[in-house]
Order: sequence, then C-alpha cells, then structure tokens
Amino acid sequence: MNWITRFLTSSLGQKVIMSLTGIFLILFLAVHMSGNLQLLANDGGRSFNIYAEFMSHNPLIRIVSIGLYASILLHAIQGILLALANRKAKGSTHSTGKVAGATWASKNMALLGILILAFLCLHMGDFWFKMRFTDQLQMVSYDGYDHAVQDIYSRVSVAFQELWIVIVYLLGVFALAVHLVHGFQSAFQSLGIHHKKYTPMINMIGWIYTILITSGFAIMPLYFFLQ
Amino acid sequence: MSNMNLTLHIWRQKSADDPGTFEKHQVVANEHMSFLEMLDVLNQTLIEQQKEPIVFEHDCREGICGACSMVINGRPHGPLGGTTACQLHMRHFSDGDQIWIEPYRAKAFKVVRDLMVDRSSFDRIIQAGGYISVNTGQAVDGNTIPIEKERASASMDAAACIGCGACVAACPNGSAMLFTAAKAAHLGILPQGEVEEDRRVVAMVSQMDKEGFGRCSNTYACEAECPKEISVSNIARLNRAYLKASLTSDL
Repeated sequence: MNWITRFLTSSLGQKVIMSLTGIFLILFLAVHMSGNLQLLANDGGRSFNIYAEFMSHNPLIRIVSIGLYASILLHAIQGILLALANRKAKGSTHSTGKVAGATWASKNMALLGILILAFLCLHMGDFWFKMRFTDQLQMVSYDGYDHAVQDIYSRVSVAFQELWIVIVYLLGVFALAVHLVHGFQSAFQSLGIHHKKYTPMINMIGWIYTILITSGFAIMPLYFFLQ
Repeated sequence: MSNMNLTLHIWRQKSADDPGTFEKHQVVANEHMSFLEMLDVLNQTLIEQQKEPIVFEHDCREGICGACSMVINGRPHGPLGGTTACQLHMRHFSDGDQIWIEPYRAKAFKVVRDLMVDRSSFDRIIQAGGYISVNTGQAVDGNTIPIEKERASASMDAAACIGCGACVAACPNGSAMLFTAAKAAHLGILPQGEVEEDRRVVAMVSQMDKEGFGRCSNTYACEAECPKEISVSNIARLNRAYLKASLTSDL
C-alpha cells in the first residue's frame, strides 16, 4: 500500500486529520468571532458591512475560505466515520452503561459535532448563502467608501429580534463550547504533544479560549435581542 | 471476621455466538476473600449442585499476570483504582450488595465462555513488532550502555502493563491504544529498542487496526481504569512516533 494511503487510513492518521482540521477551525473561530464583534460597534452597521464586503471579495481570503469549507467537510465526514467505526468496535456496552474517568464531552463529541453541523447549516443558510448567492440584501453606500455594499448588518439585526433564532444560536454556541473543551486539548494529544510542562498550559489555554470565543459569540444575538 | 450476603448478577454465555444473559446467584462471602476467591466459593456450590460452574480466567492471583479480566459493576477490575480483580478484596463491598459481573465488551475480544474473553488479538499486536531483534550469543555486561534514570523510569512505568485489556474494556470505543502505546513505549524509550522504533510502531499500529479495535478519542477512560496506572502520555508518544515513522522513514 502506498505510504500516504496507509497513513491516512490508519487509526492514528485519521486522528491527525481530525486534529489538523480541528486546529484550523479553532483558528478560524477566533478570526470569525473577533471580526464579528464589529456588530457591536453602534455605527448603524457601517464597519461590519464594509468588513463583510472585504471578507467576501478579497482574493486571498477567498482562497483561505475554500480551505475552510474543505476543513469543515473533512472534519465532519471523518468524525462521523470514526464514530460509526468506534460504535462497531465496541459492540455492546457494559451493564451500567457508564464510563468512569471520562468526561461527558469526550464521550459525546460526535453528537455535539452533529448539533454544531446542523446549527452551521442554519447559520450559513441565513447569512452566508443569502449574501453570496441571492440579491435579497439591500445595497448601502457609505461616505468615504467607493462603492455600495450589501447590508448584511440589517439582516443580522432583524434575525436576532426573533426569540427562537436567539435560542437556537445560544444552543449552537453552547454545543460548540462543550465540543471545544474536549476538542482543544485532544487536538494536541492526537499530534503527540503531551508533556508535563505544557499539557496543563494547553488545558488552561483551551478553557480560556473556549470561554472567550463562546461568550463573544453569545453576546451578539443577545445584544440585538435586548436592544 | 464478618460474613456478607451478596446477590451476584453474573453474565452467562456459552460461546461467542450465544447472545448471553445475566444469571442471579446468592453467595456468602467474608471480607478477607479476594473477589476471585468469592467466585471460587460460588463455583464450589454450583459444582456440588451439579450445575455448570462460572468460567472466568485467572492465573497468578497476585495482580501481575493480567488474566482476571472481568467487569465488576460496570468497571474493569472493579471499583478500586490501580487494582486487578484478583487483588480486589471483599471488604470493599457491604452486606446486601448487588454486584454485576460481566466480561470485557469489545468486538476484538470475543467471549470464549461466561466471563472469559479471547485476548489473542493482543498477542498478535506484540508479534507484529513488540520485540527487539537481538542476535543470540554472549550476554553483554550490565551498564555497558549508559541510560539516564528518567528514561529508565519512563520505560519501566510503561513496562508495568500486564496486557489485561482493561483499557479496551474501559474505552467507549473499544480502542487498544493504551496497551499498544505502553508496549511500544517500554521498548522505544530505551536505546536498545530505539533502533527499530519506526518499523515497530508502523507494524503494531497496522496490526491493532486489523484486529478491529476502535479509534482513540482521548477520553482517557483507559488511564482511569488501568490496574497498573499507565499514563496516556504513552498514547501521545505513540502518536508522535507513528507520525514520525510515517513521514520521515523509508517505510
């Protein structure tokens, strides 16, 4: 067997794929959250709309975004395949059904991942799809900016007036938080990074990252809903 | 010496193809018995009643052979940490307790009968690469190769693995990563074993996958249940060694 195929289809190689795509998605979330904080700028959406225009038209970011879509698909498909293979390898469970010494998150990564994927479909369908593939969004012009841009800000602020959308977003963010608490440190373990000096640091950074990122995301729908 | 009345729910299964079921038994045990001695008492009663005794595996009864594979109240080797079932004493249970005893559950461990499972998949992982190739001849002098204390200790910690399979039973994925990682580590950490590490880890991981064990998802349930308290840092080490062997060696 070709060494690349052997590596990528081995149990350890599959974990490396999960780890690398996961780390890429972790980096993406940091950029996505910090960029979207411009929703809170209180300038009628000017900075957010211009930022959204830049993110959807800059050629370099377009290339990176293809990598992002590929990572999401690879992470999701590989994750589901792993979960199915693992279920088969375990067969039946023990009488108590409980697994001692393992966190709930670590045992339910696939379930959490599917919830996040479902949320993602809803989220991208509402904003990304409408922006990229339809002309449902109004165009707005801003002084000092040379051309009109799509008003995604208004779409966001209208969407977050709806209670059920806010609840779905908060649930999606919560699932993401639980997924990240295990996923962050797990990504390093799968790459073989485990050391008594650095593992406690990685765990700590994972927690801080999860809290910052998910509270940042949670604030956005709440900000519009409570306004 | 205090006696206790226990209700045991024991898994009975005639062969790998039999669906199996729990069977209820009453036993009087005293607190000084080991868990296996308590089962001996029950088996003696069953034999006297001309009933089929419960099949369970055992050998040294000193906590070093790894034969006493069974799950007690949902936990491999029972409720006590860092202990094999043979070293678990009945004083850790109380009068009137209900105890559920069942075999390790994993596709790669077929039930032979009742509580006994076939762990020969572990042997095949070792045969694939868990050894050092040494030409026979005169033994070399001790301490010819200097080894730092830290390395020797790390290797010894991994070598404590008795191959009992509790890690596989504990794992929600039925993964054998802790076993394979410990076996690869105790050789690979030492200079004598370092030489063949690339070939060893690729062969052992390939065999582990072929046997139908699940994929590690870093739940660390294995470390929590291991009677020898083998660290999951060995799993990271195997991940690292496999990555290096796959990307940089000629294999």
